[in-house]
Amino acid sequence: MSPLLETKDLSRHFKVGGKLFSHRLLHAVDDVNLTINEREIVALVGESGSGKSTMARLLAQVYKPTAGQITFQGKDLAQLRGRKQHLQYRSDVPMVFQDPFASLNPVYKVSHGIKRGLKLHRPELSAQERHQELLRVVAAVGLNPPEEIIERYPYELSGGQRQRIGFAQALAYRPKLILADEPVSMLDVSIRIGLLNVMAKLRDEEGVSILYITHDIASARYVSDRVMVMYGGHVVESGPTESLLADPQHPYTQLLLSAVPDPRAPLEVTTEAAKAEPPAVIDPKPGCRFRARCPLAVDVCAHVTPVLRPVVPEHAAACHVTAPAEVAAA
Amino acid sequence: MTPTSRPSEDTAALLDVRDLRIVYDSPRGPVEACSGVNLTVRPGEFVGIVGESGCGKSTLLFGIAQLHTAPARIAGGEVLFLGKDLVTLPPKELGDLRWRNLAVVMQSAMNALNPVRTIGDQFEDAILAHEKWTDERIRERSAEVLRLVAIDPVHLGSYPHQLSGGMRQRAMIAMALLFTPDLIVMDEPTSALDVVAQRSLMVQIKELQQKLGFAVVFVTHDMSLVSHFSDRLLVMYAGQVVEFGPTRTVFDTPSHPYSRSLLDAFPSIRGPKVPLLGIPGDPPNLADPPAGCRFNPRCPVVQDACRSEAPELYPLEASPGVQSRCLAHRPTDPIDISSPATEVTAS
Repeated sequence: MSPLLETKDLSRHFKVGGKLFSHRLLHAVDDVNLTINEREIVALVGESGSGKSTMARLLAQVYKPTAGQITFQGKDLAQLRGRKQHLQYRSDVPMVFQDPFASLNPVYKVSHGIKRGLKLHRPELSAQERHQELLRVVAAVGLNPPEEIIERYPYELSGGQRQRIGFAQALAYRPKLILADEPVSMLDVSIRIGLLNVMAKLRDEEGVSILYITHDIASARYVSDRVMVMYGGHVVESGPTESLLADPQHPYTQLLLSAVPDPRAPLEVTTEAAKAEPPAVIDPKPGCRFRARCPLAVDVCAHVTPVLRPVVPEHAAACHVTAPAEVAAA
Repeated sequence: MTPTSRPSEDTAALLDVRDLRIVYDSPRGPVEACSGVNLTVRPGEFVGIVGESGCGKSTLLFGIAQLHTAPARIAGGEVLFLGKDLVTLPPKELGDLRWRNLAVVMQSAMNALNPVRTIGDQFEDAILAHEKWTDERIRERSAEVLRLVAIDPVHLGSYPHQLSGGMRQRAMIAMALLFTPDLIVMDEPTSALDVVAQRSLMVQIKELQQKLGFAVVFVTHDMSLVSHFSDRLLVMYAGQVVEFGPTRTVFDTPSHPYSRSLLDAFPSIRGPKVPLLGIPGDPPNLADPPAGCRFNPRCPVVQDACRSEAPELYPLEASPGVQSRCLAHRPTDPIDISSPATEVTAS
């Protein structure tokens, strides 16, 4: 089965330095190969500045790639022509934003945003069908009773309810893939689970794929089928969620896992790596971007950029030490 | 020393909050965000305060530091700190205590630091508000506290935007340490950081606390964050304390159904993957709190009595030092919550 969405060596660089003719480039995303299959939740995990939000914006066509290719349902996005094709892609791949307090228009009822989307993306619906569809998507994200909810203004809803409206809006387009950029990080811990369950339900019942972008690896474990870990613009590890988290190969993934607060586990001693800061990847030279914080770093890490190599089937890591080239060749 | 049902009897307390009530005046009448909270903090102790948004935890913290502004006002109770009641203390004396004995670290370091002045300038301001030190002494002390939080003193000349989020937050903590206070109150200082930076900051706070001996009151919505760091844990719901006890006890054997639900809301990174439900419904509107137990509309083990009888904070006989606001722990005529709930009203 061909993947729903695939990126090939996707990169995005930004000019930095403020000066008009500055040639310093920030490598936000470098050579990322990502695949998302149908009915699949893929978690993109990383700390602030790792490039995970830039990935979401590249896939949403907010940014144009500096290099590389995005293929959706076998079609290269660079080949999209005209308003109609772009509109179709946007309704196939909508985005849900981080901040439910800023992403809904405060002066309209919540039905407004959903109905506008329906008018734009599914003009064939009659007014009555539109209303039915509105009620259906609101109920699908667990807001009950839908007849009452749609009459409310955003200020009358809690953060968790607003974020569900965000998903209902996306769902109204009959999407194939929802790009969810930190959809629960602004919410209270106690209501995050409810929304993660909504995401799993959308996958199971509506057949939607979701790219779940988060820095919370525990929630990624809870909801996702596969995990990709990003660091400094590179994907450093990817694989099926359970096997990746049970046996993390990359030292950065191991650091991330050890930092998760878990009341059920004893406190592990912090390492120097935990105290260091993520890199600003400006005009990078070859080499592993994690090496300054890495407890395992060897000479080769400073000269050669490690590539993703499979350790076990479908589970790959980009590390000279834990996933060396010889093993991959064997 | 055993904490009792009336923590105010704790004579060795550094901070002793007694029956504190804070209301917000609104056109539709007063809204009580902090309903009769009792809390003691001993010297050198780390107390965590957890709860959802709107449960009154930040209001309580502002009340402790006397930083609340209208429409919030103290409607009753005392905040005894070093033997003085901060609620009635004249502003001048309050000003002397602040920063020197009682420091505050706010949630968003980006907003708490002045963007157009250097870190060193802002440290100097804080010092000069309290002491007439020479420039050299100010520089020395500023450099010293920065080194305490593992920031190179060269950053005294830096502006806030030149520091990373984690460094800014550590600079805020350094600033709070200028006079080595007796108590630091912290309002979600790690919420803007990612997990790795968050864990490293928590470890640093704990190390500093052990080195310098100050007490910490730490407010957060993330219960798991304080699990390894706090000595005692105060769980708030809808303006009330629902459980208070030693942190390990509260985590290992949560007494109040709300604490239990809160703990069950965290997906774990280890162990078997189990479906979680979170806590259904939303926190109540404090302008019109539910009758009886305030948690009853969302409680998984609610009984009929919970909808009419308001529970008090009862000391638990089975686990010393733990208090729970649940009718199941009422000393006389406790209700039975082991049977399935009759009807869950939350949607």
